[in-house]
Amino acid sequence: MKTIRVNENSLKWEENMNIIVILKRMNYTFRMLVIKVDGKLVKKNEYASTIVQPGADVKVIHLISGG
Amino acid sequence: MNKKEFFSAHDPKIVSKLQNSIIGIAGAGGLGSNIAVSLTRAGIGKLIISDFDKIEPSNLNRQQFFIDQIGTPKVIALLENLKKISRFTEYQVHEIKLNEENIPIIYKDVDILIEAFDKAEMKKTLIETWFMNYPNKPLIAASGLSGWGKNEILHTRKIDNLYICGDEETNLIEGISPMAPRVGIVANMQANLVLELLLNNYENNKS
Repeated sequence: MKTIRVNENSLKWEENMNIIVILKRMNYTFRMLVIKVDGKLVKKNEYASTIVQPGADVKVIHLISGG
Repeated sequence: MNKKEFFSAHDPKIVSKLQNSIIGIAGAGGLGSNIAVSLTRAGIGKLIISDFDKIEPSNLNRQQFFIDQIGTPKVIALLENLKKISRFTEYQVHEIKLNEENIPIIYKDVDILIEAFDKAEMKKTLIETWFMNYPNKPLIAASGLSGWGKNEILHTRKIDNLYICGDEETNLIEGISPMAPRVGIVANMQANLVLELLLNNYENNKS
């Protein structure tokens, strides 16, 4: 089975898997995110167009108000 | 008091490393004011601190300001307080609202930038702006520090040059302000990490 890494979890890879699909599969409903794929920053307007390959390393950082 | 007396408890090798460092702090509230106090005491050579806000009574529950400073711009009051701690740190303060345009300019010379904002939107803007401009310079951010207790879930996560301190899960509770102990812990996790990144070769080179 082909997989990707999302934070420290393993997730099954799918054809045409973009950031929106990944967030959905992970049940991440946070609003304020910083996302990196293989070390590269992905901005919100690129979520749909960013298709990940098997073995991709996706980091999702949830930013919470307070400071 | 001279410099030698201030740093008399330290190995001179550490002192010169710290004194030659420039650290940026984005925000001078609960996180930023605590970080600035710790890094001043630690002997960082130069701090660059920005904030546009003025001190309100509700800030005193966690921020390093005093009653007679209410109404004063945070960076001005912080400068006043830091100068009472040490004259061996140079302070550059900006009373300004940070944005995509001015962040890369104000912080261009720092060795490490610390994100010390309150609002999640600003945290995101800072992180994205920083790595678009300076992908190789470390940024230490904070996320998840509201409430009280739960020491055991506070942590530091490293993602390339981005470090996140906090629990990454506790949302701001409506009607409950972040509180001094937990904000102070996370602020000092950020400050402590600055020292770790600056001095990481020290232990190896000691002998």
